[in-house]
Amino acid sequence: MSANHNRPLSDVEIRVKALESLLVEKGLVDPAAVDALIDTYEHKVGPRNGAHVVAKAWMDPAYKARLLADGTAAIAELGYSGIQGEDMVVIESTPETHNVIVCTLCSCYPWPTLGLPPVWFKSAPYRSRVVSDPRGVLKEFGLELPEKMQVRVWDSTAELRYMVLPERPAGTEGMTEEQLAALVTRDSMIGVARVAVPGQEGART
Amino acid sequence: MNGVHDLGGMHGLGPIDIEQDEPVFHHEWERRVFGMFLPVFATGAFNIDEFRHAIERMGPKYLATSYYEHWLAAFETLLVEKGVISADEFAARRVALAGGMN
Repeated sequence: MSANHNRPLSDVEIRVKALESLLVEKGLVDPAAVDALIDTYEHKVGPRNGAHVVAKAWMDPAYKARLLADGTAAIAELGYSGIQGEDMVVIESTPETHNVIVCTLCSCYPWPTLGLPPVWFKSAPYRSRVVSDPRGVLKEFGLELPEKMQVRVWDSTAELRYMVLPERPAGTEGMTEEQLAALVTRDSMIGVARVAVPGQEGART
Repeated sequence: MNGVHDLGGMHGLGPIDIEQDEPVFHHEWERRVFGMFLPVFATGAFNIDEFRHAIERMGPKYLATSYYEHWLAAFETLLVEKGVISADEFAARRVALAGGMN
């Protein structure tokens, strides 16, 4: 307990401090490198990257074709690559088929395009149930799909990461790539939401 | 081989807790655990498959703990097993940090 704390450290806080301090003393961990990694994923890498990819694919049919054929390479064209994105597969949602991603075995997630996953994505209720009752799970997110629309659930492997290319909403024909990117949410690239245009039916804040 | 981590299709794990405007990290200790990810792997003491397996070896505690607690448990298990740190020095450091009254 240091002067900076007015409460005792919790057990987990003690374990983390003990581990980091030992590794720093052994010269195995540089606290500045730890700080830099935290800053990158807290402030620089996030779903705006994925939204850029999606908007580009909506605007540029040749790019979309490359994205669906080799997701890793097409995403790297826009400057997004690295850990947890080494083998990317992008799956296109259409009026006939809605796609949603999960990692039932752990919490695999495409960091370079979506950032770090939300807690619910990593938690037992979503991981257990989205594969057996996807429509029920999507309803919990406020997404009710027509009965005739097929739902496909994509479960990551140890190496491979999925990202959904959501449907481009109607009424966006005159928009620029930047305007389109602003509509694309993290949840739409996981597949628990669709992309909506503000003010139109189905829009979520 | 299946295990407690193999959650696909399991029943009874409750509703999905969706947090609006969720922060990237919820606690400072989560930041530190995440930030140690690359430096710890850079030691070369273990690989990503051993890391996953260490999480899968948590047993029933797996379901009662959070994502970054899983990472922390795997770091502790593997760094001790591989001899990067000793169980004794880790225990002594925890006691010291707890004010010597653990």
